[in-house]
Amino acid sequence: MLGVNVRRPATGKPPSRTNSALRRRVVVGVLVVLALALITFSFRKPDTGPLASVDSAAAGALRPFTIAGERVAQPFRDVYGWADSLLTARSDAKRLREENDALRQQAIQNQFAANENDKLKALLAFRDGPRFPADYTGLAAAVIARPTGSFAQDVVVAAGSNDGVALDAPVVTANGFLGRVTRVYARSARVTLLTDEQLAVSALDVKSGASGIVKHGRASASTLIFDRVPKRLKVAVGDTIVTAGWRSSKLASLYPRGIPIGRVTSVGQADTDLWKQVQVEPFADFDRVDAVLVLVRKDEQR
Amino acid sequence: MSAAVGIRIALIVFVVTILQVSAFSSVTVAGGGLDVLLVTLVSIALLRGAVTGAVAGFAAGLIVDVTTLGTLGLTSLLLTLAGYWAGRYGETTGRSRAHAPLAATVAATILVAFGGYGLQLMLGEPVAARVVLVGLPATVLWNALLVYPVFGLVRRLVGTTEHAQRAREVELLV
Repeated sequence: MLGVNVRRPATGKPPSRTNSALRRRVVVGVLVVLALALITFSFRKPDTGPLASVDSAAAGALRPFTIAGERVAQPFRDVYGWADSLLTARSDAKRLREENDALRQQAIQNQFAANENDKLKALLAFRDGPRFPADYTGLAAAVIARPTGSFAQDVVVAAGSNDGVALDAPVVTANGFLGRVTRVYARSARVTLLTDEQLAVSALDVKSGASGIVKHGRASASTLIFDRVPKRLKVAVGDTIVTAGWRSSKLASLYPRGIPIGRVTSVGQADTDLWKQVQVEPFADFDRVDAVLVLVRKDEQR
Repeated sequence: MSAAVGIRIALIVFVVTILQVSAFSSVTVAGGGLDVLLVTLVSIALLRGAVTGAVAGFAAGLIVDVTTLGTLGLTSLLLTLAGYWAGRYGETTGRSRAHAPLAATVAATILVAFGGYGLQLMLGEPVAARVVLVGLPATVLWNALLVYPVFGLVRRLVGTTEHAQRAREVELLV
């Protein structure tokens, strides 16, 4: 009845919805704060301190699982690669036929060049510091993890400081230069790929000798640019670009000389630019890296 | 939530995370990748609520950061918020709606992509917006195609809470 005071029975406990909401907020608040604390510690001291030790131990403990996952997924990835290669088989065949013709001609020229090169090498050996691959040994390692997002262009390999991997060691594949070791743990290491915006490598054009810096291109994730090449130097489409491997009196390049990087796909220059605009298609397939060779200096192994 | 369900959720999160970093991450179709981990996480959050979603997201993110030797806590933060948001969506607006898994997954994929981009910028990492924008539509599409099979599988494995089964009762106080 309206207008009549009704006494409500006193409730023994507060509504459960309030408790649930409070608990929910506390849990998510704690998790967010914990995540922010981890980011802070990890970002300030990525390679030292107790957190890095725990991180390294956890990475070691999870390593067998990632390797198992890699092995389980390999057949499926092979099937995917096979299906994908079928789609591109026609264009690949055309490109390979053209490449084969060019290589046949190049092989004849190389025969002559090799004889001359032997003589020149003997003369230059005294002056040239970095001698690749004589100073290095290749350490084969499987790729066991890849970043989940597209921000980081790096992979994790199943070889670490226990195997002789050192920070900044160059990493290659059978096709060419791949990247550099940017973090090392006991049994695993992170390799930052050349397609990462933070990585660049001094390089030269094998044919013309033009030198510059190869770094990540803006056009697509897997395109590189050969930058800082003066306009007076000659660079032609189809030229091969390799690592320069320079050395001055006290400093030396991280990378040995002569590792193939890629092939020039376009060359341009504008009156207003200081440098040529050279695009390079890498020899290494950065999207499908299953195994790598980490180059370890022989003098560091002893 | 019973201990058996909790263990099942932990196992699902662990296995899917390991498979994500070791297998699915390397698969790219038309420029977009498959984020099975995010789809699974959203499914768990919708079925088991915001708290479970947040905890599962934190744990999955931690495993991702440890196995990929990335900055610890970065993926945890993103996936914690994604799991929490999806859980809340499942408890409120998306309750008992057939399109909830699809809507939550699409939104979570976009938010995690832009959230990741924002966090990378805040940490001073050089990232280009192009990286997000080019691959995102394809990633959204592949994740959308995965939603219902993954959601169905996760529901069979972990069941569902009461809030997802029925509409909330209306209580009248006189």
